[in-house]
Amino acid sequence: MTVTVERGGRVIHKQHEVRHPRRPRNSYALFLLPGFLAFLAVVVVPFLMNTGVSFTDWQGVGSPKWSGPANYRELMDDSEFWASFRHSLFMVVAMAAIPTVIGLVLAAALFDFVGKHFGTRTAAVLRACFYLPQVLPIAVAGIVWSWILAPDNGSLNELLKAVGLGSWQQDWLGDPDIALYSVMGVMVWVQIGFPLVVFMAGLQRVDPQLYEAAELDGAGWWRRFWHITLPQIRPEIYVVLLWCTIAALKVFGAVYVLTKGGPGGATDVPSYFSFTTFFEKTQVGYGAAISTVLTVIILVLALIGLTLQTRAEDAEEGIRA
Amino acid sequence: MTALRRYPVLVALVIAALFMVLPFLIVAINAIKSPAEYSEHGPLSLPRGFYFDGIKDFWERVDFGQKLINSVLISGFVAIGAAVLSVLNAYAIGIGRIRGRTWVLAFFVLANMLPQEALVYPIYYLSKQAGLYDTRLSVIIVFTVVQAAFGTYLLSSVLGQFPREIIEAARIDGANKWQVLWRIVVPVSRPTIGVLLVFFFIWTWNEFLLPLVMLISNDNQTVSVALGVLQGQRLMDATMTNAAALLGVLPAIVFFLVFQRTLTRGIAVGAVK
Repeated sequence: MTVTVERGGRVIHKQHEVRHPRRPRNSYALFLLPGFLAFLAVVVVPFLMNTGVSFTDWQGVGSPKWSGPANYRELMDDSEFWASFRHSLFMVVAMAAIPTVIGLVLAAALFDFVGKHFGTRTAAVLRACFYLPQVLPIAVAGIVWSWILAPDNGSLNELLKAVGLGSWQQDWLGDPDIALYSVMGVMVWVQIGFPLVVFMAGLQRVDPQLYEAAELDGAGWWRRFWHITLPQIRPEIYVVLLWCTIAALKVFGAVYVLTKGGPGGATDVPSYFSFTTFFEKTQVGYGAAISTVLTVIILVLALIGLTLQTRAEDAEEGIRA
Repeated sequence: MTALRRYPVLVALVIAALFMVLPFLIVAINAIKSPAEYSEHGPLSLPRGFYFDGIKDFWERVDFGQKLINSVLISGFVAIGAAVLSVLNAYAIGIGRIRGRTWVLAFFVLANMLPQEALVYPIYYLSKQAGLYDTRLSVIIVFTVVQAAFGTYLLSSVLGQFPREIIEAARIDGANKWQVLWRIVVPVSRPTIGVLLVFFFIWTWNEFLLPLVMLISNDNQTVSVALGVLQGQRLMDATMTNAAALLGVLPAIVFFLVFQRTLTRGIAVGAVK
């Protein structure tokens, strides 16, 4: 086969891979080799080890003793375990549900209201303010908030006193009935910037003519939001909900710094529970079982989410075609 | 819309935005108060002068300079290492279109979602066996791989759209695959790789669980771990807490200001892909 390529006025003739057809394609796999080996060592082997250990009785020293599904059976009867997963659901509300809803309203308001009437620069500055907590290390956010929420001399309690609401003062992180809600509040603050930025980027794809047409037809802001904005950025909403839900199930740093799972386990979450079981109680087999359950839940959610997303994309392409 | 109806919405948004940054402001004004002033007037009063001794004491007590160096070293090496690994993986998947690439990609996506809790104990155990426990190198190796999972996923879909004519033309001109990668694919993809570098750096800077487990000696700890551990011990007074918080917040604000555009653009790219 002869290929003719024209470059800068010259005509070049080249013999083109007649002798070894089809072979070169696979040699790209060599580029995957370093990544493959690295993932084997850092992700695959530790993950399989962890899963294996979850079927044993092991204190971290000596050799693990096979115990079959004993750890999992014990988990089923462990009220601490169930409580930690119940708290995870609260975290999903605080880190996925609430930020998505607020993020949608804020994004729409900043994009088509502030952006249009006060300039994109104003919208960008406001967006930056909402996004700032996202770049903060969670350990630092925890220090800031545990000081603000401190019972004596904490800024929030002082503020309440200053505006005459002294009776509302609380030991925000120390009262078992309130601590979980306080942590949720902090997580909303941490998380809100992520959906906002993703949704604002998504809105830029939306054809402005849709809004103009709707406005001409007399649709108010709220109806345009409901009938145009929401359906148009549905892919972004899926992605944000999936990512934030998984992030919520993995919460560790915030709980470690704010409450250490306390008071009395009131804010314990699975990742913190497995951490203390591993490194404080050194019940490695049991800790491994907790983290395996967490992993299975996350992977199942991820698979469902990715399948839904692909199906939605295929359906949309089907409509367009 | 009339101005009367326009401004209340803007005012509401500005108040909400102020509420978001208020914690930073409170930290900043309290970090420069003396302990006496703090105990007399509480956290909400404005500072009457500058008192930097709290910050200086804290800096010296935790050897904050060393922590900064550790964080910069770890995050920097991870960013570069993970970007290189992502490029190699994505070249094979996105441009090489190796057989079974959908499965390979699915593997990277799932690896990215795996909770670190399911890896942490074996990594702790294996690194002890390998003599890497409590070294910065161990954390660099682990995060290079963890971050590369996301990088591979993002870059593969970007490279999947790479104009094939360019690659074929270069191949016909006699460039081998290695040359095509470094002389054509990498320079053309520089914006995406830049986004990845920034993300990897900040994410690694903010990591908590693994560095907490792996870095126990003072000389190796990152900023996040050192501050988190101090807070967990509940040994700090109010002025010290504020000094700690301010010193923790400042690098984040610097990154934010420097990389603002890259960050917001990057999140958009990452989410839609």
